Amino acid sequence: MTTTDQKTTEATAPTDSDVVLEVRDLSVTFPSDDGPLPAVREVSYVLRRGETLGIVGESGSGKSVTSMAIMGLLPKNARVEGSAKVLGQEVLGLKDAQISKVRGNRIAMIFQDPLTSLNPVYTVGYQISEAVLAHRKVGKKAAMDRALELLKLVGIPHPEQRIKQYPHELSGGMRQRVVIAIAMANEPDVIIADEPTTALDVTVQAQVLEALEAARRETGAAMVLITHDLGVVAGHVDRVGVMYGGRLVETGSVEDVFYRPRMPYALGLLGSLPRLDEERHERLTPIVGTPPSLLALPKGCAFAPRCPMARDICREEEPRLLTAAGGGERRPAVPEETGVHAAACHFSEELEGMGPGDLFKGMAADAATVEEAAEAEERAAEALEEVAEDAAQESAEKAAEEGAARSGKAGEVILTVQDLVKNFPIRSKGLLKRKIGEVQAVSGISLELRERETLALVGESGCGKSTTARLMLQLIKQTAGEVSYKGQALHTLSARQMRPLRRDLQLVFQDPFASLDPRMTVSDIVAEPMRIHGRNAKEARARVRELLDLVGLSPEHGSRYPHEFSGGQRQRIGIARALALNPKVLVLDEPVSALDVSIQAGVINLLEDLQEELGLSYLFVSHDLSVVKHIADRVAVMYLGKIVETGTTDQLFGAPAHPYTQALISAIPLPDPVKERTRERIVVTGDVPSPADPPSGCRFRTRCPKFAGVLSEAERTKCVEEPPELIDRGTGHRDACHYSEARELL
Amino acid sequence: MLVYTVRRVLSSIPILILASVLTFVLIDVSGDPLSDLRMQQPPPDPSVIQLAEERLYLDRSMPERYWLWMTGIGGHGDIGLLQGKFGPSTQSTTYDIGENLMMRLGTTLRLVGAAMVFAFGLAVIAGVVSAMRQYSKLDYSLTFIGFLALAMPVFWFAGIIQQAGVGFNELAGSMVFATIGDGQFQAQGLDFWGQIGNTFKYMTLPTIVLMLTSFASWSRYQRTSMLEVLNSDYVRLARAKGLPNRVVIRRHALRTALIPLTTVVAVGVAGVIDGAILTERVFQWRGLGEFFITAVEKNDSYALMAWLLLSGTMVIVANLIADLLYGVLDPRIRYE
Amino acid sequence: MSEMKVSAAPESTGAESVGGAERTQMQMILSRFLRHRAAMISLVVLVLIALTAFIGPLFWKWGHTIHLDIPPNQPPSADHPLGTTTAGHDVLGQLMRGAQQTLKVAFTVSIMGTVIGSLWGAAAGYYGGRVDAIMMRVVDVFMIVPLLVMVSAVAGNAQAGTTWYAVAFIIGFFSWAQIARVVRGVVLSLREQEFVEAARAAGASPGWIIVRHLLPNAAGPIIVAATLLIAVAILLEAGMSFLQFGIQPPDISLGQMINDARTAAATRPWLFYPPGVLLVVICLTINFIGDGLRDALDPRQTMVRR
Repeated sequence: MTTTDQKTTEATAPTDSDVVLEVRDLSVTFPSDDGPLPAVREVSYVLRRGETLGIVGESGSGKSVTSMAIMGLLPKNARVEGSAKVLGQEVLGLKDAQISKVRGNRIAMIFQDPLTSLNPVYTVGYQISEAVLAHRKVGKKAAMDRALELLKLVGIPHPEQRIKQYPHELSGGMRQRVVIAIAMANEPDVIIADEPTTALDVTVQAQVLEALEAARRETGAAMVLITHDLGVVAGHVDRVGVMYGGRLVETGSVEDVFYRPRMPYALGLLGSLPRLDEERHERLTPIVGTPPSLLALPKGCAFAPRCPMARDICREEEPRLLTAAGGGERRPAVPEETGVHAAACHFSEELEGMGPGDLFKGMAADAATVEEAAEAEERAAEALEEVAEDAAQESAEKAAEEGAARSGKAGEVILTVQDLVKNFPIRSKGLLKRKIGEVQAVSGISLELRERETLALVGESGCGKSTTARLMLQLIKQTAGEVSYKGQALHTLSARQMRPLRRDLQLVFQDPFASLDPRMTVSDIVAEPMRIHGRNAKEARARVRELLDLVGLSPEHGSRYPHEFSGGQRQRIGIARALALNPKVLVLDEPVSALDVSIQAGVINLLEDLQEELGLSYLFVSHDLSVVKHIADRVAVMYLGKIVETGTTDQLFGAPAHPYTQALISAIPLPDPVKERTRERIVVTGDVPSPADPPSGCRFRTRCPKFAGVLSEAERTKCVEEPPELIDRGTGHRDACHYSEARELL
Repeated sequence: MLVYTVRRVLSSIPILILASVLTFVLIDVSGDPLSDLRMQQPPPDPSVIQLAEERLYLDRSMPERYWLWMTGIGGHGDIGLLQGKFGPSTQSTTYDIGENLMMRLGTTLRLVGAAMVFAFGLAVIAGVVSAMRQYSKLDYSLTFIGFLALAMPVFWFAGIIQQAGVGFNELAGSMVFATIGDGQFQAQGLDFWGQIGNTFKYMTLPTIVLMLTSFASWSRYQRTSMLEVLNSDYVRLARAKGLPNRVVIRRHALRTALIPLTTVVAVGVAGVIDGAILTERVFQWRGLGEFFITAVEKNDSYALMAWLLLSGTMVIVANLIADLLYGVLDPRIRYE
Repeated sequence: MSEMKVSAAPESTGAESVGGAERTQMQMILSRFLRHRAAMISLVVLVLIALTAFIGPLFWKWGHTIHLDIPPNQPPSADHPLGTTTAGHDVLGQLMRGAQQTLKVAFTVSIMGTVIGSLWGAAAGYYGGRVDAIMMRVVDVFMIVPLLVMVSAVAGNAQAGTTWYAVAFIIGFFSWAQIARVVRGVVLSLREQEFVEAARAAGASPGWIIVRHLLPNAAGPIIVAATLLIAVAILLEAGMSFLQFGIQPPDISLGQMINDARTAAATRPWLFYPPGVLLVVICLTINFIGDGLRDALDPRQTMVRR
């Protein structure tokens, strides 16, 4: 039942005519089997005409629930208290007939996943015109005309054709623009965008953010932009609210929050972010522990268990949101004073002039509290040493056996692929499953991975990077090409012959929820590779304890099941499993992209430590250039099954030469408001073509800004007709563009 | 669309052939069509048995017999599916399987059709109401009714309904519901309204009986499918657009939630045919059910084969219609 | 079922840790099942019915056959709590025997159907591609023939329905298709799971993957489908008996009892209602237990239930 408590509304009636959305003491509680679950607690904010408010937080912080409550879209069993006024009209607890008049008309919403936001059985045009017809007394024809106009506004090419199409015929980025068009349809006063670009690739994200800006300009609406991406916030909002444990813990102008955070959590978030605009070798400062369970919120400050400066009062008394501007007495923040910087921390003033590294001292372990972290840290360090000794001994023995000093040389090539091709057949649906076509996932790739180095394979979804990784491990068979490990050809081996070599080549997965068998204990999971390779139970047991220590987990956790762990902890379990057989090469397939920022940093640090101590080689597959820049020694950029540019990290980020690399780098939002707003942008248009039918010549030409804008007719012909080779421009920096030209972007 | 239809029709042919082989073999090995004759007292003359064997083609091997049954090549002109002949019957030399089957098909189809239409309609309504009022008393009641109906043997329920009909007739003092017979004979010579009245009188009770099981499973299915859609992002977006609740339910939720039900209904045809046999027996209809029971009792292999093939074809046709309907309802598979 | 899974798993970690952990996993499943009130009540009722059906005849003075001492056609009395038939059967005696036969048939069918269906479905799902396509067409064939019709035709034609195991065998042979579909679906999706790929990356053989990963994870849906198959089998057997193609006299089944009392619902209700009510109760309890098991074993399905 939706119940509304309006006791606070008379006290401070806003006189400000500019206010379009006023949220006051909004709380949302869900009933659950384990008791009430307070998802949002006493959130208040004010939004003025034309401004953009960013709401930042990690998963479970309550940022989405807040806006769903305002829209009246929560399930019936949610208990909503407080007040939310749109243009002075209370919208909480309205009857369906009344709230229908407000929704889509005064306040509109954009959801996270464009693939599921549109009804699959109606045309795009119908779904837009439906929004128009819901609030305007116009004919169907007029509504359709408006739909066409809106499609043009959000930058969809050929809107006349698109309007008659069904959602499944449009790409994700295109669909999200349709959703934006729906939100704009009635020129609302407020648009709430809930993670509008999270499900999209970076280059498409840039396009959609552009469309969002257009929507705002066009309608003059105020916007609430909910996201976990600090870079998006830095570039697109005026003010920021940081949420943690269901509360707003810091609010202020984007500059205040980014440059002068006054709540340890906000500071920690900024410190745990790998940054494109900073030097690589700076170590990340993760926040220890995991976000609190809403079912068992600590008594005092929700962040206290993870906070290095927490004191007794922090664990006793929950801090209120108080003004934090330099000097003077702190007083309760008033939502109407939108310019004021406020933070919910007892000791805000101590943070003045402090950097993330000063506060969070590079604690690697994923422990629950600060104290535990220190302990785990120690244990992990010891374990690392031991293991490193073992490994050294082992390799020394091996080297002796082989009678060569081969393994001693650092930087020797260990894993190579030559002209690798993988085609996936497209089969008919009939009885015979005839082959009716082919998707070229990987078309002619050569790579070298050296000992003790991290090679990153970067690209957008569908570019073939994960397929390449699996080919290198021989988890799937290549269509053509060669794979060899330490000079031994792998592609000719049978499954049985391959088995002993698998010890040296291991894999860590993206999704920490899918990669662990839910019906096995953590010990069994970590021990599995050893059992497969015939180690006895006792030996395996001892090794499991050692491995859990090594990745910063308590060995006592071994008897638990994966579902009892958080995402970050699960990823550590996955890493422990991969290390079980003392591998030489780890393939990391998007190992941190499913994790929250504060957790991600810990895992990255762990990977770096492990590499250093154990002398591992990493093939790091990722779409996230910031992480890649932080961790990789060399980078290869992939587009539609081909490598378009490769070089050392410094070469590639310092002077990218291929237009695609340049576009990728410039599409990554920087978590720095000034830099983000003033940097040069190279925008690509359109979507990635289907790998079943790649463009002739250069595969990137259909989206290439250079092809579209700079090149002459004759030059273009070359792009269309001749596929560019990967050519060395000197010093090992290679790119595959006929007209490449290095540019400095950062 | 036409190409898709043709391809779909063609692809169901192998299944039908496979099904015919399976049933032919099973029927053939499971029983001896002449067992009654052989058991006769006093034992009949061996020449009589030999003659009967020849008439029923039992003197040939099983594969030969299947080929003969399918094509009719080398038969006596009374067999060959492809020629539209279903083979000789054990029941009498003059008994024409095809003719009898077709005669009864109408009677049974009427019942099956009516039951499916009503079951479908009521199931959609019950499913939607249940989903919209999830965890209300109404939802729980409908859920319990569903569980009860799924646990109910059709023939026992039929007996109860029959008794209820008798009781109602006694109370009303006239025969409102016929509890015995299919009413074909009574319908002869009636005018239009008379026909309608007669149909109502004879069809009501059996239809209620036959639709029960299907109603129960389909309404459960519709509830689940509706709940899934109600929690979907696009329903949320439809609400966010400002559409009133009833429009959201009708246009966005129900429309898409119906799509998967078409497949379930098509698969359910087999179950309805099962139910029809039991229902017809209780209400003493002269439909396909009676034909089937007699055929089994008389070890009439060719009649059984014809029957099984007919029911198999009915199920396949239903699936075909569902597939095509699916294509119409769901644009995502329209172009495949 | 879960215990089987553990014994299949080698003692890779300390015995105490496995034991302790297994308790929590079992506890979770058990507590979810216990919370499903309808399922718990159903389980108790079903156990009582089964006990009565199997042990009751040992103590009850009348069997299920005609006895000269039984007065024909009597309504319920102290001596015959559920009355007697025209031919001179004690209805309670018949009922216990009928329930016993029904349960024997149903459980046999369920085991048989589950074994065939799981193997067939798992093979189709595991091998995929063309093998899968052909195997599933066979399943389609079994799905398009109306079940009751098929089993009646075979049993009646063979006149083999005298014994409960013949009936069970025939029903079992035809009713595995649904389970095969379920298992195939589960295996197909499990096969693509990353934890299976992780095992392959570590060098696990197909046998290892099937035993250690696929089967334990498919166990939940299989158990649920097997439970629901019991109810299907009960109704099938009853239908066959009602058409007189099932268990034959002098043996008795519940469906046969209903057929015998078909015209006597008004005049001699003690003959008509008890077997029907018993059938409904048995099926109802089994369906509720199946629902409870689904909630307990397959938490993903209960997400909607919040």
